[in-house]
Amino acid sequence: MNLLTEPIGISHYLVVGAVLFVSGVVCMAVKRNALGVLMGIELVLNGANLNFVAFGSKFLQKNGANSIGLDGSLIAVFVIVLAAAEAAVALAITLNYYNNHATVDVDRADELKG
Amino acid sequence: MNLASTLPLLLGTAVLLPLISFVLILFFGPRMGSHGKGASALATGAIGTSCLLSFIALISWLSVHGTGKGLHEVEHGAVAAVSTDHPAANPAADHAHDLAEQESVQKAEYTGELYTLGQFGSLKITISYYIDALTIAMFSMVTLIATLIHFYASGYMHDELHDITDHEVTLRDGHHLHRHGRYYRFFQFLSLFCFSMLGLVFSGNIVMVFVFWELVGICSYFLIGFYIERKSASNAANKAFIVNRVGDFGMIIGLMALWGSLGTFSFGNTVGAKGEAEPGLFSLVRTGANHHELQVPDAMVKDAAAAEIAAGQAPTEANLTTWRKEHLGYGLLVVAGLGIFCGCVGKSAQFPLHVWLPDAMEGPTPVSALVHSATMVAAGVYLVGRFYPVFAPEVLLTIAYIGAITLFLAATIAITALDIKRVLAYSTISQLGYMMLALGVGGWIAGLFHLITHAFFKSLLFMCSGSVIHATHTNDMSKMGGLRHKMPYTAYTMLVGCLAIMGAGIPFLIGFSGFHSKDSIIEQALSFTNLNPAHRILFLAAAGGAAITAFYMFRLWYLTFSGQPRDQHIYDHAHESPKVMVVPLMVLAVFAIGIGWTMPFTGLSVTNLLEQARPEGTMAGFSGGAWLTGLTYPNEHLSHNLNIPAGTVAFCTALAGFLLATAFYGWKLVSPSEARQQFKPIYNFLVNKWYFDELYQAIFVQPVLFISRRIAEFDRKVIDNIINGLAWLVRRVSVIDDWIDRTFVDGLVNLCARWTFSAGMSLRNVQTGKLRQYVMFIAIGTVALFILVSFFWSYSAAAH
Repeated sequence: MNLLTEPIGISHYLVVGAVLFVSGVVCMAVKRNALGVLMGIELVLNGANLNFVAFGSKFLQKNGANSIGLDGSLIAVFVIVLAAAEAAVALAITLNYYNNHATVDVDRADELKG
Repeated sequence: MNLASTLPLLLGTAVLLPLISFVLILFFGPRMGSHGKGASALATGAIGTSCLLSFIALISWLSVHGTGKGLHEVEHGAVAAVSTDHPAANPAADHAHDLAEQESVQKAEYTGELYTLGQFGSLKITISYYIDALTIAMFSMVTLIATLIHFYASGYMHDELHDITDHEVTLRDGHHLHRHGRYYRFFQFLSLFCFSMLGLVFSGNIVMVFVFWELVGICSYFLIGFYIERKSASNAANKAFIVNRVGDFGMIIGLMALWGSLGTFSFGNTVGAKGEAEPGLFSLVRTGANHHELQVPDAMVKDAAAAEIAAGQAPTEANLTTWRKEHLGYGLLVVAGLGIFCGCVGKSAQFPLHVWLPDAMEGPTPVSALVHSATMVAAGVYLVGRFYPVFAPEVLLTIAYIGAITLFLAATIAITALDIKRVLAYSTISQLGYMMLALGVGGWIAGLFHLITHAFFKSLLFMCSGSVIHATHTNDMSKMGGLRHKMPYTAYTMLVGCLAIMGAGIPFLIGFSGFHSKDSIIEQALSFTNLNPAHRILFLAAAGGAAITAFYMFRLWYLTFSGQPRDQHIYDHAHESPKVMVVPLMVLAVFAIGIGWTMPFTGLSVTNLLEQARPEGTMAGFSGGAWLTGLTYPNEHLSHNLNIPAGTVAFCTALAGFLLATAFYGWKLVSPSEARQQFKPIYNFLVNKWYFDELYQAIFVQPVLFISRRIAEFDRKVIDNIINGLAWLVRRVSVIDDWIDRTFVDGLVNLCARWTFSAGMSLRNVQTGKLRQYVMFIAIGTVALFILVSFFWSYSAAAH
């Protein structure tokens, strides 16, 4: 099966989602800047969100006719709201951290170790 | 009038009123006026109402049953005809006469059960009553005297209305005891006593008698120990209680002997639950079929003949007769009688249990007057009178001898006593001895008549002595003298009491109450000893006792009221007692003079009343018990024929005693101190009360103390050591246990904890605090899990 020759389907969405997710994880793992880490988180969340939307599409439903196909989208909306809330809290922590330590390097924020 | 329903109601209410008063004072006593002043009014009101009810009962009894005069006269005439000869010499005629007499005379009695407390097999315990003329007489006597004494006590005890400094009690810090007044408590116990005493007389079965018997005992204990802080008072209370226990032990044996064989406690015949007749004790012992003569009941014969019955002889009528001829079961009857009498010996302070009564004078004087002379101690005599039909001749003879010993012994001790109340206490013992002697020689009427008359004059004497003590604050007669000028009412009412107790009167005609009752005792004793010359000592004791009685009573009167004051200070402070105390004295004095008289025209007298209560079958003379075959008991009415010799003896002995006392203490012809020197050994012997206290100390108290000391030593040395050894052993074992606990159990737990701790410490290294590392771990972990699941999860197993 060649994805490039297939018509747009679930698999394509999933591939994009996976790429987004892995980019996000790599971003979280390699960035030392706290804001970069937060951006990675956003990528991870959106990668996952893409999967929800893809699985929620009526192409995937066996009995698509009976479904209005909103359940995946609904969860995606939830995730977006969650991401917004999380970003607000995380930015507040980051700001406070910066106020106290004059840096946003996550490697130096290791006071919670062990 | 239907006596069968009204009498139990009247007398039952009379019994319960003092109980109500007791309960009210018990709970609300201290709140009845200042220092409980109202308690005396309540108690007096209760007993006064009881007295009223008793007299209503007496009057209704007399109105139904008459005064008994006609019966007495007819009977007396009939006996006189027979008695020209020796009564035992013509038993046939005597017997025939008895038959006629028993058919005509049916004893009036009312008996019934109020409530069944419990029924255990054949043992039935009930609250029942037994009312006959004796009950009525006792009720009237007890309530009347108790009412007067309540009045008297409300004056006598008035010191207790405020706080008291007891000069006879010295505390450890050298001060005298200071305490609150206990006025209400005195009346509380007095009410309880009245309830118990009336209940005792009201009782219709011997168990109920025993219960009330113990109740009067405990009241006596409380009242003797009223001044509980005084060592002498608490000792005296204990002594009274313990000595009475000795007697009660015998009484319990008697009860068991009666119940074990006869299976009933009831005095009179009752009706069972199914309407069947249940014969009481008296009818079992003296069956109508046997003309109410004493015979061993069938049940006792069967008990004693258990061996024969086991051997196959059926308890038929013929066999029972044979066995009865062999005196089988007679011993049981004697044991029952002696057992009951044993209780009476304790309660009535007879030799050898007389030692508690003199010490009981530690109580307040109204108590001595009511409890320890007039009523409670007479309960023993009452019970002997009540149980008279059950006593075998051997038991009666024992009673007579115990009575004779007691009356002589106590009278001699009274000669030397200097404590005014102790003289009266010994006099009480002596008079109780007279009553026992009278009952023991067959004088049923004489003994109980003396009980009634004695109650009046002895309570009078005690209350007079109380009046003297109230005025002088001492019991010691050697500090008194000449008091008749200061307290004339007390002096002359006491003179009446002395004359009554010595039996003063115009011979063969009339006299003070004691004259009639003591003469009838001496007549009966003479009549008895005429038939049984071997027992002449009984008559001599009675006659000699009369002389001594007169001597010590007038010694008391002269020492207290005549001559020169021996202690000027006490004399100056003496004063006549208040009216509330003097009026009861005068009322009692009237009774002490007149209670022995026969009311003109009506034939009403105590003896005629008592005659109606005479137990069936005891009127006739009878001869011989099973063992003492030579014993002959005379018919009590025959003794009146001995009026002249007995009356002369009684008069002469009393006069001799009186003259001797007057010679010593009135005219002072002889100096008492010289006589004391002359008869020093005898004087010492008497002043030490025949050494009875010392004797009992030596043979009972000391051995008991010795044994208990040894036991205490054993306890300390052996048992304590065993216990200590055990404790030591337990300590050792627990030390080892402790080591095991610490080493192994604690070790195991600590080991687990250490493992957990080190595991935690090593896991801690993972927590680096580096955010990026965490992300790495998550990513790698997820991938690792995914790989693991892919490799090891069996798809097919999960799918199906």
